[in-house]
Amino acid sequence: MELKKTALYKKHIELGAKMVPFAGYEMPLSYTSLIEEHKAVRNSVGMFDVSHMGEFMVKGPQALSLVQKLTSNDVTKLSNGKAQYSCFPNKTGGIIDDLLVYQIKEEVYMLVVNASNIVKDWDWIIKNNTENAIVENHSDNTSLFALQGPLALNVLQQLTKEQLSEIPYYSFRIGEVAGISDVIISATGYTGSGGFELYVSNENATALWDAIISAGTEENIIPVGLGARDTLRLEMGYCLYGNDIDDTTSPLEAGLSWITKLDKPFINADYLAKQKQQGVQKKLVGFEMIERGIPRKDYEICNAAGEVIGKVTSGGQSPNLSKGIGMGYVSSSFSKIDTEIYIQIRKKKIKAVIKKLPFIKI
Amino acid sequence: MNLPKNLKYSKDHEWVIIKDNIATVGITDFAQKELGDIVFFDLETLDEEVKEDDVIGTIEAVKTVSDIFSPVAGTVVELNEKIETDPELVNSDPYGEGWLVKIEIEEGASTEHLLDSNGYKALVTP
Repeated sequence: MELKKTALYKKHIELGAKMVPFAGYEMPLSYTSLIEEHKAVRNSVGMFDVSHMGEFMVKGPQALSLVQKLTSNDVTKLSNGKAQYSCFPNKTGGIIDDLLVYQIKEEVYMLVVNASNIVKDWDWIIKNNTENAIVENHSDNTSLFALQGPLALNVLQQLTKEQLSEIPYYSFRIGEVAGISDVIISATGYTGSGGFELYVSNENATALWDAIISAGTEENIIPVGLGARDTLRLEMGYCLYGNDIDDTTSPLEAGLSWITKLDKPFINADYLAKQKQQGVQKKLVGFEMIERGIPRKDYEICNAAGEVIGKVTSGGQSPNLSKGIGMGYVSSSFSKIDTEIYIQIRKKKIKAVIKKLPFIKI
Repeated sequence: MNLPKNLKYSKDHEWVIIKDNIATVGITDFAQKELGDIVFFDLETLDEEVKEDDVIGTIEAVKTVSDIFSPVAGTVVELNEKIETDPELVNSDPYGEGWLVKIEIEEGASTEHLLDSNGYKALVTP
């Protein structure tokens, strides 16, 4: 299958990005150095093209009841201009996808989903749309940039009259940026370093990208690829679909009970309520290497006796901590903070310790 | 592409320079670029005898991990200790301060399979 390209594809090539296939798209992995890009986001500001993400609109008088049924978080807690993190539970105790739900206005919701799951999510929504809400897939026409880092606000404020400091976390406005109208300016992100995510139509994507890069000259803004996006989110302990959560992991096992509102009805809520009552068998934990070594996805996790107690789901070198960190599922009895575990790295068992997430404080 | 003419190369993206019976081994500029930021070289065979193409260690970059194969048969006699503390030398100076190991070549072991810079260039040019 031919890989899809985002509206910014040519820009990435011009910038000399190392391009890789990701979720059916040809995406920038890194432009210069992953560590440099990571540190720019932590210390100043960086700009990501994440237009591969999917956007669905759910509209009409039935919109609320459909989204409420499909997602685990409580949509009635949203108001206009607010967003929430959520997931689509499946009917067998797993997760179809994790997503953001935006309340654009009364009876209009935008669901932002993972690129790798656009088809699966769409089919799931259509199959369960017994309410006949209006559902539209805008993924191929919508670009998404993430402007992240402590100086993101300084950069973006030069381009808009919207008072950015007045947009609380997980809130958004729709306004003009760099002369482009109807940009969704969302105070969200996947890095932990603050900033904004900007939704814009494909035809205005390049103009918006260029305007932001120019505005950020003084702040030394740089483009940042998916490699640093992964290390940034891992340091925060944010789940990545396909690694830390999937069709077989429950939101309760994944530490997502905070978005699993069992006091409202949704698909498979009964099963999850029962699981909560009985307690989960395995839990997603974060761990830090004590001895030198870098944990990677699918490495085995062992106890002191050498018995396998789980598996790494995400891992790598933390640029901020300069040591190996990871996440993985372990039997619940080994999930307590400060428990010593061992990661099987090639022929050796390397000592690690379970840590509270996030790994770093910002 | 930076490929010094005085070096020999393996198909596994290592470079080799042989002086007397000691082969100094590193990874090529092409390899360090492909791997990205290198954070750790895990040498698993110090003081061990290795055959040609044996895994001598593993190089860990932030995002990926790659085996390092012995380009010649011999004994791994030295690890570049500088890269223990400054692994980024492998990125910044792959043919100089970023060398990885020294191997004492086994008596009579062949080095004829190693490529010259043109041969290696042909291998990595699309």
